[in-house]
Amino acid sequence: MTDTATRTPLVEMRDIRVSFGGLRAVNGVTISLFPGEVVALVGGNGAGKSTLMHALAGAHPADSGQIFVNGKAVTIGNPRDARTHGIEVIYQRLALADNIDASGNVFLGRELRTRTGALDDSAMASATRDVMKRLNPRFKNLNTAVRSLSGGQRQSVAIARAVHFNAKILIMDEPTAALGPAETEQVRELIEQLKSEGIGIFLISHDIHDVFDLADRISVMMQGQLVGTVDKHKVTKDEVLAMIIMGQKPAAAN
Amino acid sequence: MVAALAVIWLGFHFLSDGAFLTSRNLWNLSVQSASIAIMATGMVLIIVSRNIDLSVGSLLGFIGYVMAVMQARWIPETFGLGFDQPYTWAITLAVGVVLGAAIGAVQGAVVAYGGVPAFIVTLGGFLVWRGLIFRMGEQGKTISPLDTNFQLLGGGPDGSLGATRSWILGVIGCIGAVLSVWLARRRRRRYDLAVRPLGVDVGIAVLSCVVIIAGIWLVAIGYESPITGDPSGVANPVVILILVTIVVTYMARRRRFGRYVYAIGGNPEAAELGGINTRRTVMMTFVLMGVLCAVAAAVQTARLNAAVTNLGIQNELDVISAAVIGGTSFSGGIGTISGAVLGAVVMQSLRSGMVLLRIDSPSQDIVVGIVLVTAVAIDAALRLGRRRTAGISLTVGLVLAALIIQTGRQ
Ligand SMILES: Nc1ncnc2c1ncn2[C@@H]1O[C@H](COP(=O)(O)OP(=O)(O)OP(=O)(O)O)[C@@H](O)[C@H]1O
Ligand SMILES: [Mg+2]
Repeated sequence: MTDTATRTPLVEMRDIRVSFGGLRAVNGVTISLFPGEVVALVGGNGAGKSTLMHALAGAHPADSGQIFVNGKAVTIGNPRDARTHGIEVIYQRLALADNIDASGNVFLGRELRTRTGALDDSAMASATRDVMKRLNPRFKNLNTAVRSLSGGQRQSVAIARAVHFNAKILIMDEPTAALGPAETEQVRELIEQLKSEGIGIFLISHDIHDVFDLADRISVMMQGQLVGTVDKHKVTKDEVLAMIIMGQKPAAAN
Repeated sequence: MVAALAVIWLGFHFLSDGAFLTSRNLWNLSVQSASIAIMATGMVLIIVSRNIDLSVGSLLGFIGYVMAVMQARWIPETFGLGFDQPYTWAITLAVGVVLGAAIGAVQGAVVAYGGVPAFIVTLGGFLVWRGLIFRMGEQGKTISPLDTNFQLLGGGPDGSLGATRSWILGVIGCIGAVLSVWLARRRRRRYDLAVRPLGVDVGIAVLSCVVIIAGIWLVAIGYESPITGDPSGVANPVVILILVTIVVTYMARRRRFGRYVYAIGGNPEAAELGGINTRRTVMMTFVLMGVLCAVAAAVQTARLNAAVTNLGIQNELDVISAAVIGGTSFSGGIGTISGAVLGAVVMQSLRSGMVLLRIDSPSQDIVVGIVLVTAVAIDAALRLGRRRTAGISLTVGLVLAALIIQTGRQ
């Protein structure tokens, strides 16, 4: 993206800090995301990627720092706050209730209800079936507990849950980690499609090929700090690997 | 579950030379199961959300005692309104329910917001509520007699529906069963979702009606009151149990509250990340439990026509056992209300069957203990797909129970 300096970012996180006891998991990170853009967040294990995204998702609010959505400062103290700003998450450890069926999980915390306030299971099942058609056409087990689904099917449920609610900002924490080749391809297509709809996506991934295929910009973290954010077209894979492993910022990058 | 109950019933019928499956015995069984079953419906939700409530027996004792003092001392004497006023029972019951909800809210808040394990909080409650009975200004005296209308809540000669009203209840039940199957079918149709074959749905509806009609006809009408000689009809505690079961099942299956309870039990982290107010939900399970303790306390004191200090002693064990025998899992997220009610009937069937066989009460305890562990062992084995282990558990449990029953017969 060339005009990043002039447009208003969809999300901007400024000087975010998160500590666990004495451990500074995220230490003064600034990062941004534009509409229709995929920003890959990469870094070694324990670099602080998930923790940074948890702060945006309200799963574990930041200790300090500011978050702007469409240029406006917002407070995100819990997952509900994040959702009201159109932020949806696919968590690394799939946050599904095993004993509940797919549609129950998709609508968890946002159940559809009838006029009497009772759960409208049929409406939820039908809506789930419709999203699933788009994600994983072979998915049929709408009414069985998620426990008995395969890893890939569970992933579809987690993704369905994030896409169904018209997210404007999507956080995907290693969305293809549990998937076979065909399902991975589906997720890639989905990412392209969501992108074209103007949704901004933070994509956490360890797969450098995925990152180069899907991302527009790449933000690299190391030990809680941002090494740098680079334009995919201006760097090589080796340069990004050097950033991840040694924290070296390439000379050519912005 | 139903099969186990059938085996137990037939077994006792056979061993007792035909004394078990009689209208009289089954009618009594239904009344005796009611108060434990009422509480077990609430215990299911507590255990499903990965908590426990050890205080229910003491809570029942305390609320029962307060309600007795209320109707036998405070309303007639302290407020000078006199005995047997038409409104006494309603005020008393309302006070009991509010008290139960309040105590449940306190215990639930300490668990949910205070972060103290439910085991500890309710263990404390177990001691506190029982102890408070003796601090009510009556020094633990037995409070009796109770209000005449209040007594009707406990069953007894006048505390039943009688023939006509029992049949009306039966017809309502049948209509309800058919309607719920039909409505569920229509809802799924409307959204173009797969429905069960029509034959299966019709079968379910017909079977429900047959069970309802047979139960009323053979048990409730079949049992003639020893005092009036008329058919007794469904006893009030059983009517209360039916209402409680319907309401709690509705809350568990069709309301957000229930969905959240199961979500918390299945994966507390997912529930939290889904934006569910998990603390409030957990607290509400304890509030519901407190209310159900009050209802059960009303049934038990009304039936005794008295409140005694040891009312409800060991009920926590029966209630937890009923839930667990009914398929509720301690690992959370799994359990049904109807299963717990059946579990309570199984427990009570064992006890009353052994009474018929004149087995002393310590031996009864041993058998119930064996059955409890066996039931859970079988359940765990089946869940892991270990049929052999399940078979071995069943055999060992049966042999041990039979041994205790045979040697305990007097
Ligand atoms: N809930 C927590 N309590 C304590 N420490 C935590 C917690 N969550 C994360 N950490 C620590 O914070 C650091 C950053 O963790 P984080 O999960 O953000 O890493 P990550 O970059 O997502 O790694 P990975 O690629 O392995 O997923 C790690 O050192 C981790 O141990
Ligand atoms: Mg991570």
